[in-house]
Amino acid sequence: MTGKKVAIIGVGLTKFGELWEKSYRDLITEAGVKAIGDAGIDGKDVQEIFVGSMSPGLFAAQEHIGALVADYAGLAGIPATRVEAACASGGLALRQAYTSIISGTKDIVVAGGVEKMTDVPTGLAMTALMGAGDEEWEAFNGATFPALYALMARRHMLEYGTTIEQISMVSVKNHANAKHNEYAQFQFDVSLEDVLNSSRVADPLRLLHCSPISDGAAVVILASEKKAKEICDNPVWITASAMATDTLALSDRKSLTQTNSAILAAKDAYKQAGVTAKDIDFAEVHDCFAIAEILAIEALGFCKIGAGGKYTEDGHTKIGGEHAVNTSGGLKGKGHPVGTTGIAQAIEATFQLRGTAGKRQVKDAEIGLTHNVGGSGATAVIHVYRRD
Amino acid sequence: MKGLASYWRLIPQRYNLIGTECHHCKEKFFPPRKICPNCRRLGEIKNYKFKGLGEIYSYTVIHAAPDGFEFQKPYALGLIKLVEGPLVTAQIVDCKPDGVEIGKKVEMVFRKIFAGGKEGTIRYGYKFKLVD
Repeated sequence: MTGKKVAIIGVGLTKFGELWEKSYRDLITEAGVKAIGDAGIDGKDVQEIFVGSMSPGLFAAQEHIGALVADYAGLAGIPATRVEAACASGGLALRQAYTSIISGTKDIVVAGGVEKMTDVPTGLAMTALMGAGDEEWEAFNGATFPALYALMARRHMLEYGTTIEQISMVSVKNHANAKHNEYAQFQFDVSLEDVLNSSRVADPLRLLHCSPISDGAAVVILASEKKAKEICDNPVWITASAMATDTLALSDRKSLTQTNSAILAAKDAYKQAGVTAKDIDFAEVHDCFAIAEILAIEALGFCKIGAGGKYTEDGHTKIGGEHAVNTSGGLKGKGHPVGTTGIAQAIEATFQLRGTAGKRQVKDAEIGLTHNVGGSGATAVIHVYRRD
Repeated sequence: MKGLASYWRLIPQRYNLIGTECHHCKEKFFPPRKICPNCRRLGEIKNYKFKGLGEIYSYTVIHAAPDGFEFQKPYALGLIKLVEGPLVTAQIVDCKPDGVEIGKKVEMVFRKIFAGGKEGTIRYGYKFKLVD
């Protein structure tokens, strides 16, 4: 993959939250229009669309998303494909769009993500989300996603002495970052006590360790190196696109405390980009539950395996720390419309590398990374970005 | 909610912990696998009935339950390490949730899992209880 580069030339994002007045198609259309405008291109310049969406069939009784998105973008005629890898659907859509350009067949490709989760009752939403795990052997027996991450948290606490306070500090930090993100669902602080005293979900995890149910959409416009240099004066370059898989069920993993898919994808991504963990100035990681951010920073090599709790407690993942993690507020603070998240992460990377992240800007940010995980770790998609 | 056929065809596995074993590398699988990931085409997969004995490898107590499990909460869910090797995701029952600890010995029991669909058909399967 060397020699050819792919650029992000435009981004568009809706606010995340409980957006009762907006439909599935309203969301993706709004994000798309913003991205096209940001790129300064015409809709007719778009040659192909990939859109990540985890479960529109259960959340909105709507399938056939590729055609729907092209249709409502006013672009019916061009190829358009829905991509699905549970909570990593957005990251995978980005990877498909990247691959389409790298293959040399297209110059301008759209990668989007959209989820409309609040039109169904919470019980049905939980059932839909559990489809990211093993339906026959986990969900059947009453497992939920918070429960699967709680099983990992309990092992991490036992094997490495990680404390519930350290895990809770992830939520405190991410809310503090979300406060400065106009797109975030929760633009307010929570204290350590708030997190520790929030309602129980799946012990030891409580409500404020969990990302919320959210509506939202995100779109990025990708261009080939040649095209980007012609039409864009602030490109952000994608220098690696990696993906790896693991067993679908948590019970089949060799370890509950190491996300093997993310370790494999990170290794590949660092190789493609010619960087090491040390070079990463900031990262958007998949903190669907607070423990997941600790697993993520370990898998990415920001600290040793098992040291993620201490690393967080010591403040190394705050803005201004060694590796700023989840400057956007992460899934916890910004919200987690599942299929949208991978694209929203790429957009935060774009804001940081353009230097337009406002109060959450990482000083002199040059290299960023996004880490998007599906289910309990059966899919990991990692991208690396840099500015010129 | 899926139809009954999807439930019926897994009755041997869910009622009696029937998994598989690869006779080439001797690894045992629960849930059953038809392809051995170690041996691939050299693998020789046969059914294997697990003893139903093991210990708690990790656990949680679920307070926010999905549809079908609302009336059971709070309930303990664990990863049980079977004596033959595999981990199994299952509820831990017949004790207060605060009696559950990593490392405690458990055995399989046959129980109602939930009542599903409009018709309320009961689904049965395995759970685990502490052994003294």
